[in-house]
Amino acid sequence: MSAEALIQVIASGLLMGLVYALIAVGLSLIFGLMDVVNFAHGEFLMVAMYATFGLWLATAIDPILLAPLVTALMFVLGALAYMGVVRHAMRAKANIGMVQIFATFGLAILIQGVAQYLFTPDYRSITGSWLGGQTLQIGGIYLPWPQIYGGLISVAVFGGLYLLMSRTDFGRALEATREDQGAVALVGIDRNRVFALGWGLGAALVGLAGAVLAIFYYIHPQVGGTFALIAYVTVALGGFGSVFGALVAGVIVGLVEALTAVIAPPALKSVGVYALYLAVVFVRPSGLFGRL
Amino acid sequence: MSGDIILKAENITRRFGGLVANSEVNVEVKRGEILGLLGPNGAGKSTLFNIIAGAFPPSEGRIIFEGQDITRLSAPKRCRLGIGRTFQVPKSFDTMTVIENVIVGGFVRHAGASAARRAALETLEFAALSGRADTPAGELTPPEKRRLEVARALATGPKLLLLDEVFAGLTPSEARLGSDLVKRVRDQGVTVVMVEHVMEIVMPLVDRAVVLDLGRVLSVGTPAEVVADPKVITAYLGERHRAA
Amino acid sequence: MTTDAVLPSSVLAGQSAFVWKRRSQLLIAAAVFLGVAVLPHVIKDVYLQNVMVLTLMFAAVSQSWNILGGYCGQISLGHALYFGVGAYTTSVLFVTYGINPWIGMVAGGVLSALLALGLGWPCFRLKGHYFSIATIVIAETGLLLAHNWDFVGGATGIQWPFNPDSWWTLQFARDKVPYIYFGLGLFIVTWLATYVIEESRWGYWWRAVKDNPEAAQSLGVTVFESKMAAAAISAFFTAIAGAFYAAFVSYIDPESVMAFRFSLLFALPAVLGGIGTLWGPAVGAAILIPVTEITRSYAGGSGSGLDLIIYGALIMLIALLKPEGILSLFRRSPKRESAE
Repeated sequence: MSAEALIQVIASGLLMGLVYALIAVGLSLIFGLMDVVNFAHGEFLMVAMYATFGLWLATAIDPILLAPLVTALMFVLGALAYMGVVRHAMRAKANIGMVQIFATFGLAILIQGVAQYLFTPDYRSITGSWLGGQTLQIGGIYLPWPQIYGGLISVAVFGGLYLLMSRTDFGRALEATREDQGAVALVGIDRNRVFALGWGLGAALVGLAGAVLAIFYYIHPQVGGTFALIAYVTVALGGFGSVFGALVAGVIVGLVEALTAVIAPPALKSVGVYALYLAVVFVRPSGLFGRL
Repeated sequence: MSGDIILKAENITRRFGGLVANSEVNVEVKRGEILGLLGPNGAGKSTLFNIIAGAFPPSEGRIIFEGQDITRLSAPKRCRLGIGRTFQVPKSFDTMTVIENVIVGGFVRHAGASAARRAALETLEFAALSGRADTPAGELTPPEKRRLEVARALATGPKLLLLDEVFAGLTPSEARLGSDLVKRVRDQGVTVVMVEHVMEIVMPLVDRAVVLDLGRVLSVGTPAEVVADPKVITAYLGERHRAA
Repeated sequence: MTTDAVLPSSVLAGQSAFVWKRRSQLLIAAAVFLGVAVLPHVIKDVYLQNVMVLTLMFAAVSQSWNILGGYCGQISLGHALYFGVGAYTTSVLFVTYGINPWIGMVAGGVLSALLALGLGWPCFRLKGHYFSIATIVIAETGLLLAHNWDFVGGATGIQWPFNPDSWWTLQFARDKVPYIYFGLGLFIVTWLATYVIEESRWGYWWRAVKDNPEAAQSLGVTVFESKMAAAAISAFFTAIAGAFYAAFVSYIDPESVMAFRFSLLFALPAVLGGIGTLWGPAVGAAILIPVTEITRSYAGGSGSGLDLIIYGALIMLIALLKPEGILSLFRRSPKRESAE
């Protein structure tokens, strides 16, 4: 394979990996905050994609401009999901881990059903967006602009997250609640409020990813499932609860997936990622940066 | 009370990064005695306790149990040899009832569940928990949970029972019941090593005491001897629990 | 401790109360099994009989899953792997080599058990979600490999040749009743296995491992071996069910036996019915599977998504309202201790 082709593969993998990181970080944040794995995370992504599509269809405004609105809507959805569903799941006296898996899993199926009911199982796509179909050419390398956009957004978001977590009161409250749920109540931090906001933030992040993906990916009710497994593997690989881990793992997953598709039949491209995950956790049982 | 040594901690040193929690600690436990492992906060009692129990290995040194070097043995293997332990914060099996909790330990001594169950019923009688046999363990009161910890460990038929601060936070009457239980355990032929903070309870109970401070053995002897030792008094100076 | 010679009366009373409880469990089970055995003669509708077969099969698999997940606390979301191994082993042995499906069934079970042990060795050092995700990716890998392996038919799958009706080859062209009885038999076997194990060393050790592995170790429990034993037994029975399924539907391909949705369908009945209980998986299956099938037939055919909405809402409702499972409705509610 030529050096150019290799660089092409690596660049694509890197950009896709940044998007994976963006999808994963919301999941990791929620888990780090309250030990809950959101099994409806893929469906949140799907909802954001449909929201972007629906708004574009209705207003003809470019998806890039719609992204902030979709993100805000997803924030609300996430907070509602916590208040309506997850908060009750956490009241279980035993088997909390399993209750929240299946409660959020039920939510996932419900959302899928609603999407299918409203939009039919047909594949949709956004045609005629500014970046759609445009490529950047550097020498012999062609990088699609939507993917570049996705990568840039992801980097910006991670930068913003870093600032949020380390410089703002909310970020510190998030961090504190992560450290010790019981203690924060003593200093006047309302646990429920932090959780709801945390869920909102997590959903907003994956929502932004959805707004990005909607530009160049087919939208259909099962699209969440496709990305969900990659997201879970990415989060686990990076270590549940680690924002930095989600970024690193996302990039690694994107690269490994792209490179696997080159050496193995494309249908097996995920196997490389799975093998990587198993290899990493065999040596580090809580992922690269997770705390046990 | 025979004089042979059931357990020996030989030159135990344990480091956690830069912190030296135990430094060249030597302790001998005589068969059939109640030995108190005492000292102010941060003395290294818990570390030594956990090393004896098999929770983690020492950085240097050996643990000899009944003449056998058990330093590298896992906790389950130590249990089978006859070392039982409780946990400072009771780790009960909350989805199981009280008797089921005790039965878990019984399989060390009994092959079948019915034999283990019969033995568990007796153990519950012994620990005054019979009335709560079918209660889910998560619903017990704190003193009951402590007794369950002890009953569970007893079900494994230990020769040496390690108690980790079983008296913390008990009312005087609860503590008296606990004290009585410990004595009855010893009367059954079980050697007891207890880590304790609550001096008022422990001093009348133990036959001998080992006082640690800053990771080293400070003083060994009967309660009366240890209490009068000027080194011990200095170590506890300023602490609320003055040896009285 | 006191010797066996003289036991206080309270101890003896405790013993006999327990023995009575165990015996009554058997009696209830016998009554239920009898009732189910009679059902096919009362319900003649072929569609409903089909639902019965599936319900019994999923009950049996969920019961097997429960051994590892409910009792031992290791949540596997990749049990479809063992189901598929069972289905494929039987199918390949029968279709390609003419080996009787009953033998193929056992072979599939043994193969799955060995696979579970092999996978358990690296996986059981993982905890919680890391473990569950490992099970998912391993099963997905199996699925992808099956897709690309010609020996097992690749994406085309394996078709069982049409044979005359016979218990020997476990094939019946139209009659569902023999399959109902096989499904019932399989469930009875898994139920009995759970019943026996519940009051055995493994049963107690698994639950101890689930609740508090550290405390378990201090009581002599070898955690790793316990998990391995649970995994092997669970995989064995799951594979047998997979073999049965292959005989029942006569055609398998990777998606129809190893897809992720099966892994969830194996776990859900146990969670909804009551995880770690004797009857939880059966109760959960009895509710979940008919609902799944019927909503899919009546509401899902058009792709409207209504079946998914009902299904998802049902799962959420049960998970949230009765987190301990439906069976907890029939257990006495925990008393509130003033000290807590």
